[in-house]
Amino acid sequence: MKIQQISLFAENKPGHIAAPARLLASHQIDIRALYLADTQQYGILRMIVSDWRKASTLLEAEGFVVKVTEVIAVEVPDHPGGLADLLAALDGTGINIEYMYAFPEVREDKAILIFRFADPDAAIARLLSTGINPLASAELLKE
Amino acid sequence: MNSLIAPNAIECHPASRPDFMPLEELRALQLKRLQAVVSRAFQHVELFRSRLNERGLSPRDIGCIEDIAQLPFTLKSDLRDTYPFGLFASSMKDVVRLHASSGTTGKPIVVAYTQEDIDVWTSVVGRCLAGCGLHRGDIVQNAYGYGLFTGGLGAHYGAEALGATVIPTSGGNADRQIMLMKDFGVTAICCTPTYFLHLIDRAAEMGVDLKELPLRVGVFGAEPWTESMRRHIEEQSSIEAFDIYGLSEIIGPGVGCECPSHDGLHIFEDHFYPEIVDPETGEPLPDGSEGELVLTTLSKEAMPMIRYRTRDITMILPGTCACGRTLRRIQRIGRRSDDMLIIRGVNVFPSQVETALLQIEGTLPHYQIILTREHGLDQMEVQVEVTPLMFNDKIGAMQGLHEKLQAALDHVLGIRVQVALVEARTIERSQGKAKRVIDRRTS
Repeated sequence: MKIQQISLFAENKPGHIAAPARLLASHQIDIRALYLADTQQYGILRMIVSDWRKASTLLEAEGFVVKVTEVIAVEVPDHPGGLADLLAALDGTGINIEYMYAFPEVREDKAILIFRFADPDAAIARLLSTGINPLASAELLKE
Repeated sequence: MNSLIAPNAIECHPASRPDFMPLEELRALQLKRLQAVVSRAFQHVELFRSRLNERGLSPRDIGCIEDIAQLPFTLKSDLRDTYPFGLFASSMKDVVRLHASSGTTGKPIVVAYTQEDIDVWTSVVGRCLAGCGLHRGDIVQNAYGYGLFTGGLGAHYGAEALGATVIPTSGGNADRQIMLMKDFGVTAICCTPTYFLHLIDRAAEMGVDLKELPLRVGVFGAEPWTESMRRHIEEQSSIEAFDIYGLSEIIGPGVGCECPSHDGLHIFEDHFYPEIVDPETGEPLPDGSEGELVLTTLSKEAMPMIRYRTRDITMILPGTCACGRTLRRIQRIGRRSDDMLIIRGVNVFPSQVETALLQIEGTLPHYQIILTREHGLDQMEVQVEVTPLMFNDKIGAMQGLHEKLQAALDHVLGIRVQVALVEARTIERSQGKAKRVIDRRTS
């Protein structure tokens, strides 16, 4: 239920996101989700891609500094309260969200939330116990 | 990390015998050679003769080794002003080799060797490498640049004279360097320390574990490097790292080198007489005081250098070395007097930046100092490449790292600098000497 996310260090300069995107595209790697966390000076590009092993090998060979981390994806209905209900399940458990981002699945009227937890195993156990099933990698990547 | 070689290098190679010469004998030899070289320069080098005449001195005034302090200094500008052959003391038919170093501006600096000079050079580099524990049977990869630069050929001849197998890879092409190192079973490498750092990085990227290779000794020189850098190199590659010192004006590499005690560099005083002077006043300083290293070539024929101002800041270490060599030692050179940057009136040395960066655990990143001037005020930016070890997908962790680097630099330098985290491989890699400072200030 854990999903491999790759992160890249990128300077805040024109074109610095284009190069990795072009590299992945030229090897037919699909970017399923992407989020750029940035400061004034630099950014961290986080991506969930169709083949994370191949993607990180390719990027490293091109000199990018790449980190692979495990995140958890959860699907929620895309209507008011979808996120709040899910977060309620984590409330009061001491499970810490390091960061999160979301993207909509417009045709299915759903949203997918990506979480980076300090303790992913504890988070998965908690979600399962409240009847929430995190997405498997294959489901997210629609394989 | 201890060398497996017995500290008494006499047993390793006969070339090292002069390293252990009794002091009295050494001083007598130095005086005899000093008198001869001063006479030779006086006779053949116009500039030197006129300077002695101005002072009312003659070669006969050298009665003891301390009299050297009466002699005029030779400056790097003297080599430029007399370009190309003005300081030669041999006729061209006796000169068998010319080298040239990259002057920072305009014409290079030219140095000349007779066959005897080449033989001396070969012997001192051989003594350096013997002191580093190398001998016949070692396979030495020589990644110093071959050509006008003295590093490549100097190390080459010295290693061959020891009976070692030399692989003259010269600088550049890291992938091939690593392939040959692995395939040929290289046991020792000679290059600049920053180039070896580059090879460590590249080997990791290629999936080659240097610790698994027979490589056991690194002889690093041609630029100042630090104890922290030595620890990093030794940890990452399981080798013993030695500091070698030299400069083209004197002979090239082989003026001095560390022994297995790693407690300063022995100067091959039977050929190069060291003094320490106050860089401002030129006054001689006693052993144990920090100042500028001044060297006199005691046996050089083609181009004697009398009291050459090296611009390297060091001290002569008092006391004797545990290895038994009678040769005096200088402290490792951390900085050069002309490396100094003056930023908003504060003296800053690039080596201080390195010290600060190394304080942040687990990081020995590539870095570059960029100096600019905005509204008449100097600005210093330190660009630091983000390594896989430093990188984290959490913004908070990256900001924490940024702040730690900032604090360490502010603390060591005593002035406020800008720290910029930059992408890996964006700072130009050194093939020879590292370009650490880009000065864009216009005066």
